[in-house]
Parts: sequence; C-alpha cells; structure tokens
Amino acid sequence: MLELYDGSLSVASILKDWYEEEASSNYGAFISFVGTVRSEDGIDGLSFDIYEPILNKWFDEWQKKAKAKGAIIKMAHSRGDVMLHESSYIAAVFSPKRRVALEFIDEYVEDFKASAPIWKYDLRDNKRIYAKERSTAIKGSGLLSDSKDKEEQR
Amino acid sequence: MVRVEFLGPIQRETMELDIANLNELATILKDDQEMQEWLENSAVAVNDTLVNNRDFALTSGDRVSLLPPVCGG
Repeated sequence: MLELYDGSLSVASILKDWYEEEASSNYGAFISFVGTVRSEDGIDGLSFDIYEPILNKWFDEWQKKAKAKGAIIKMAHSRGDVMLHESSYIAAVFSPKRRVALEFIDEYVEDFKASAPIWKYDLRDNKRIYAKERSTAIKGSGLLSDSKDKEEQR
Repeated sequence: MVRVEFLGPIQRETMELDIANLNELATILKDDQEMQEWLENSAVAVNDTLVNNRDFALTSGDRVSLLPPVCGG
C-alpha cells in the first residue's frame, strides 16, 4: 500500500492504522522507518514533488519482491511542504520472521533514496531551492547527453 | 506528435515534437545551453517506463519524461 499526503504525515495515526490492518495477518515482525525533517543549515523545512505514475510502478515492483518472501511493504510520503520536526516519509515491512523484515527494510529504503521519482527542495526565506547536492541520478541517467553519445561511438 | 515533459526541478515547458526516436530528441536539445547539465544527469522514461537506448522508437501519442536526480524521504 502506497499513501501520498499533502503536507506532513500524521505518524502515530498512520502507524496505528498499519499495525491494526495486519494485526491478525500472522506476521511475526513489523519494522518501520520514519523520516523526520531535521533542523540543519538554517532550513525552515523541506518540500517535495512526486511523479506518481513511475513511483507507483517502482512500489509495485518492491511489493512483488516482498510477496516472494512472504512479506508485505507499506509506504507513506508527503507532497509539498513539511516543516522542521515533522515527518515526510514512513516505510514499513511486515514479515513472518524478523530476518526478512530487517534485511528488506534496508534494501527497500536505500533503493527508494536512489530510484523513487521524488524531488526534494529546501525551504529557506520563503524560497524553494532544489536539493541538488543531496540528490542521486537515477540509474541510466545521461542517455540524452552528448558525452553518452560519444561513449557509444567508442 | 510526441509529448516531452520535464519533471521536478527542471523549469521547462512541455514540448510537442515530431520525432521518431530519442536520438532526434537529443539532437533538438543539444543546442539548448540551459539543458546541458540536466541532459547529463537525467533519466528518460517513455510512457512511464525508464529506457536505456537512444534508438528507442517513438510513435505519435508517446510521452517522454526527463527525470532529474531524486531525493525522496
């Protein structure tokens, strides 16, 4: 299940819902990761753009991988502005036994950072500034650049 | 016509182009100075599937998206 919200996440309520949804599903382990906006470099908060069609596909692929291990994943993310000490991201894995969930949450959150089509901006003095230095180029980037063209000709 | 969309922080209007593959798109964009850095660090999707080949054939009605570096969470 993938949930997108405008603004910050109601962490306690989302985690409660997820816990209750799976309370009798016979999962022995439930591991969650909550991402919270920290006060850093004088920012007022963060802001996010999301491209949903590709995010949905990315999530569905991970859900398939989880199911193959008898597990399920859930995710919630914010659109728009999220201020300091509020949360913008929750990922969770439910699995029959702990090892699968512990390993899966690591792989799934890391790939999320590297591949999910979400763009982050710092909020500073009422401006929205793309967090370029903290962003990761998606695998296969540069397809349309000249240097790529030259590489192919070599 | 093929619709070309620039996602996230790329401040660029959607383009409608008569192109048959991604090589032709690369040729059109290569003279655009402001786009050079984005071309180097952006991934490309056709109809919401990431592609890895500039010869990828395009037909009228296709949607091409440029995805710059990401940072969710």
